[in-house]
Amino acid sequence: MSTSVEPRAGQRRRSPAVVLSERRRSERRLGWWLAGPAFVVMLLVTLYPILQAVWDSLFNFRLTAPGDKAFIGLKNYGVILSDSLFWRDLGVTALITVITVVVELVLGFALALVMHKALKSLRGFVRTAILVPYGIITVVSAFAWFYAFDINSGFVNNWFDWIPGIGPDLNWFADTWTSLFVIMASEIWKTTPFISLLLLAGLAQVPDELTEAAEVDGATWWQRMQRVILPNMKAAIMVAVLFRALDAFRIFDNVFIMTNGAYGTEVLSLLAYRTSIGRLEIGLGSAVSVLLFLCVLLICFVAIKLFKVDLAGSQGGK
Amino acid sequence: MKTTTPRTRITWILITIVVAVYALFPVFSILATSFKEPSDLSNGKLLPTNWSGVNYEQILVGDAQELFLTSLRNSIGITLIATAVAVVLATLCAYAIARLDFPGKKLVLTTALAVSIFPVISIVTPLFNVWRTIGLYDTWLGLIIPYLSLTLPISIWTLAAFFRQIPWELEQAAQVDGATSWQAFRKAIVPLAAPGVFTTAIIAFFIAWNDFVYGISLTSTEAARPVPAALAFFTGASQFESPTGAISAAAIIVTIPVVLLVLGFQRQIVSGLTQGAVKG
Repeated sequence: MSTSVEPRAGQRRRSPAVVLSERRRSERRLGWWLAGPAFVVMLLVTLYPILQAVWDSLFNFRLTAPGDKAFIGLKNYGVILSDSLFWRDLGVTALITVITVVVELVLGFALALVMHKALKSLRGFVRTAILVPYGIITVVSAFAWFYAFDINSGFVNNWFDWIPGIGPDLNWFADTWTSLFVIMASEIWKTTPFISLLLLAGLAQVPDELTEAAEVDGATWWQRMQRVILPNMKAAIMVAVLFRALDAFRIFDNVFIMTNGAYGTEVLSLLAYRTSIGRLEIGLGSAVSVLLFLCVLLICFVAIKLFKVDLAGSQGGK
Repeated sequence: MKTTTPRTRITWILITIVVAVYALFPVFSILATSFKEPSDLSNGKLLPTNWSGVNYEQILVGDAQELFLTSLRNSIGITLIATAVAVVLATLCAYAIARLDFPGKKLVLTTALAVSIFPVISIVTPLFNVWRTIGLYDTWLGLIIPYLSLTLPISIWTLAAFFRQIPWELEQAAQVDGATSWQAFRKAIVPLAAPGVFTTAIIAFFIAWNDFVYGISLTSTEAARPVPAALAFFTGASQFESPTGAISAAAIIVTIPVVLLVLGFQRQIVSGLTQGAVKG
């Protein structure tokens, strides 16, 4: 290793070295040797499968009759897009995404405020408690909520029978809306901590001087929130919303455990799973997978264009 | 800082209690269920009438032992290997990103971001098919490889953020003081980098431990099926009078490592998640 003091990357880029020195060239090589393996692995485990899925989706291909594999172009997509089941599942997925993201944003912000402002002596405890749902396995969360509401093993019907509509005979998992309610409750419980940590990071970046100055000038709590804190956290909020929306759109575990898609609660991921892994219709299932992937890309694109979320920038990229 | 009056103190204690109930109640609820006797499951109450260890007996030494303990071994093995591989690869990668100047740095970071938002289910269909052809279906390796798609991107982001904050000049300073480059690296850099690597490992572990989609799609027997997937199959096992108690007990056992990690490393996990996520 050379003994020269290394300039920082930013300064180095400005240096007028047109011809790469031997040292810089070896640095580039080393860079790729170190970053290369991770990069290649990431491409292998995602880019390759998605290309394979695109290819498979063009075939009539089911594992139960592998000999009949035939190229059919975009017919699989035609089948799916003209099936009302796909549109219903897309609707359910979109509904779950919108509701959970909105609720989580509000709840997550409240939790972030609590974590940010809590008394020093309580802060560690609050943060530890909030991290528990983050670390819990989604399937475990799904079972916990399922058993709590279940007509046989649950206690919710008993506890809340003073609310009209809730009683010992209410079977939460025999109706679309009540099932979706519990599914979303579990999803929200499990994933709000993540969103609140992202917001906490944003909150920590709001300069204290600004809020203090506003307070001195007589701004109320609400005014400070609205005029000072929220505008300064815009980037963090956008990133949190986008990440959660993309994550919520992939919802699978909670639905699988609680209803397995019964009573109109099926989501897109479950449809893809049922088609390809359940019924071994690889061609059709791949097409659903590709459509799901396109939906995710679309959400990303819309978010970046519409809200100007600079993921790479706010995510620490240079 | 204003001094805390008793009144704000009480308010904060109340808020803390509300948050704790929110965060811990579902865990407590399944914990209580796991201690219910089969006949007690439908008592309509949160707490068991008699606290009984019968469900734990069933999954640890009884009929369901095979089903649960094998899947627990699979989960631990697969998750630890996937975490270790991801952290090693991510450490090298993040070091290069934070420290070296090479073209394509942004490409690597963008790829990591793209991979992390990828819908898992879109990858699973082709993998299912390919794995069956090349014999990786229902094996440990067949899960470890796709788990990297979950653990690598977040590890790279988190570690890159950590590594950017390390004062690398220390290494040169140590060398100027006469240390060899290996000594300088080991004595000056490793102690600073180790907490970041460790935190990243915890976060990667959580993510791999949580997997369900790969677990049910790419396994078919006890050879490789991890716990979350096995839990879903408890339901079908006929030897149970009711799988509710057994599932709850198993769920509590797989939650123990999570709770221990959270209790031990709350500070590191919070800083790892917030740094990796928002500020580089």
